[in-house]
Amino acid sequence: MAGSGATHLRGDEALLSVQDLVVEYPTDNGTVQAVSKISFDILPGETLGIVGESGCGKSTTGRAVLRLDRITSGRIRFGDEWIEEASEKRMRSLRRDMQMIFQDPVASLNPRRSVADIVVEGLTVAKTPAKERATTSVSVLEQVGLPGERFAGMLPRQLSGGQAQRVAIARALALNPRLLICDEPVSALDVSVQAQILNLIEELKAEFDLTVVFIAHDLGVVRTVSDKVMVMYLGKVCEFGDSIEMYDDPAHPYTRALLDSVPLTDPEKGFAGPPLAGDVPSPLAPPTGCRFRTRCPMAQDRCAEEEPEMREVRPGQYAACHFPLPSVTGRDLPEPAAVGAGADA
Amino acid sequence: MTTQPILEVRNLRAYIGTPRGTVRAVDDVSLDLDSGQALGIVGESGSGKSVMARAIMGLMPPRSGRSGSVTFQGRDLLALTKKEKREIWGKQIAMVFQDPGRSLNPVVRVERQLTEGMRKHLGVSRSEAHTRALKLLEEVGVPDPERRLRNYPHEMSGGMRQRVMIAIALACEPDLLIADEPTTALDVTIQRQILDLLRRVQRDRGMSMMLISHDLAVVAGRTDRVSVMYAGRLAEVGSTREVFEQPMHRYTHALLGATPTIDHVRHAPLRVIGGSLPDPTSPPEGCRFAPRCNHASDQCHTTPPPLESVGVDHHVACLSPVTVPVGAVSGGESHGR
Repeated sequence: MAGSGATHLRGDEALLSVQDLVVEYPTDNGTVQAVSKISFDILPGETLGIVGESGCGKSTTGRAVLRLDRITSGRIRFGDEWIEEASEKRMRSLRRDMQMIFQDPVASLNPRRSVADIVVEGLTVAKTPAKERATTSVSVLEQVGLPGERFAGMLPRQLSGGQAQRVAIARALALNPRLLICDEPVSALDVSVQAQILNLIEELKAEFDLTVVFIAHDLGVVRTVSDKVMVMYLGKVCEFGDSIEMYDDPAHPYTRALLDSVPLTDPEKGFAGPPLAGDVPSPLAPPTGCRFRTRCPMAQDRCAEEEPEMREVRPGQYAACHFPLPSVTGRDLPEPAAVGAGADA
Repeated sequence: MTTQPILEVRNLRAYIGTPRGTVRAVDDVSLDLDSGQALGIVGESGSGKSVMARAIMGLMPPRSGRSGSVTFQGRDLLALTKKEKREIWGKQIAMVFQDPGRSLNPVVRVERQLTEGMRKHLGVSRSEAHTRALKLLEEVGVPDPERRLRNYPHEMSGGMRQRVMIAIALACEPDLLIADEPTTALDVTIQRQILDLLRRVQRDRGMSMMLISHDLAVVAGRTDRVSVMYAGRLAEVGSTREVFEQPMHRYTHALLGATPTIDHVRHAPLRVIGGSLPDPTSPPEGCRFAPRCNHASDQCHTTPPPLESVGVDHHVACLSPVTVPVGAVSGGESHGR
């Protein structure tokens, strides 16, 4: 299966480990496999960036970890618990350790509650005494840069986008989570505000000892915050590796194309490389073999017949591609002997 | 580049009445667009860039007012009657909007939406309009145009819809195309295709284009000149090369520094612009960026800076402009190379 395979998993030390995750949604025209057998893991204290275009399954992946949508198959381990097996009740307390912030900051806050109430909503559910809630409320708001005396009584509609996102972050932090999943946290914000929020996430990550999953479509943003990056396309993983190594020396043609499509603030060049032709195919009927082959400039017959497995192309850099790009720094590992065996899984 | 500007905007003000007071969305903006040129307008939300485009087109909301002058090919657009405006819309000035899904009519097939304008403005026959429509779709890179003409908008992807929008805008061979955030709703690889397309048709047809975006990088490689707006005013105008190679206004400089790029140092804090946009109903008296500027003097807070020439084609409204070339500033700098 393309983009499946788990060679890039790093074993028991990982805080979160996802194996062969499949998430399906029923639609009127059949079942959509939004996420199709993907695997990844995150070590404690790491930031994993997940990038890809719309429909690639990056948000679905984030939601599946919290089990906000039904997991069709696959396993998710968080700490030493299996998420897909946990009872609803257990899940509720597990979610305290795994908090999420969303793209639209204003829409993710209850419009009728005050900021002070919103940030301790999780604690209210956990039946924390009111006194403790009040102190936490003040302190987390302080931590995200919203002085309590001014903001505590405000309603979400009185906040700017950046302030609302700070409130959402404060709400996540109030539960003292271990894992923070950020789903496009800055895409609705202006550049100047975006920088503030990104810096804030970095600061809090250090202060609260957080492990972060950072989902975004903006490659520049992801590079800035991530240690490891996972590139997804149409429900599959294309490439996984260290963010700097991958950006400087991508192995998967899709990663290359994504990087080449980012407009540069350079009046001469415009873009770093050639454009990618075509459109993302319908997830209802994904292409056979490698799902990227319909747009891939290097696709060959084999790509249509056989789905590429994830394999280590360069030390620590994994790609699901039959014909990965040669390394520009000569870090390539030798090709596996048995062509197409996919035996390294 | 010719010398005669196709569009001259002089002291344009566009105010919008709201329950909370009058929003001074565009406040005394003057700029020129030469024929055959692409001009980028960059600014964050609330900078007035879209309202400016709409004020030029005469697409203002109710309870709003405009003053100043907008001269397009020798005619004052602000003084046009409704009938005269209709003659210009589509035929001489066309517009492409951000959300291709919402700007197309969902219950009308692509063919009629594409040919409506040319049948009315150019008076072509139905069969000729059909041929032209096919040619247009081909020009904007829509595969299988014959089939697409029979599609409804919902049967197409966002990128396809935006191509159709562009084809509609080009249908009457306008002299000026205003593209308001044409790629903001699209994915990176599709955005890339659309930006390449816009620049290509603009050059091939020798058309003028106004490309509006919140993203500096979107504008950088695709325009000849660029103007940076902040809170209803122009901060900086000039040739794209000069503005990006040597941004002089403190705001432009800060904005470039705050943009994470694909070569940003990992985990290095981004340079932040503190605070937020001023209240549009009562903007600061002096420079509008002064409350957020690290280099603001007392004078900045009291006197609005005039737009002054600092180069061959480079004007800046800043009392303490940046003097160091960007490359020499600091790590984490976003210069895109």
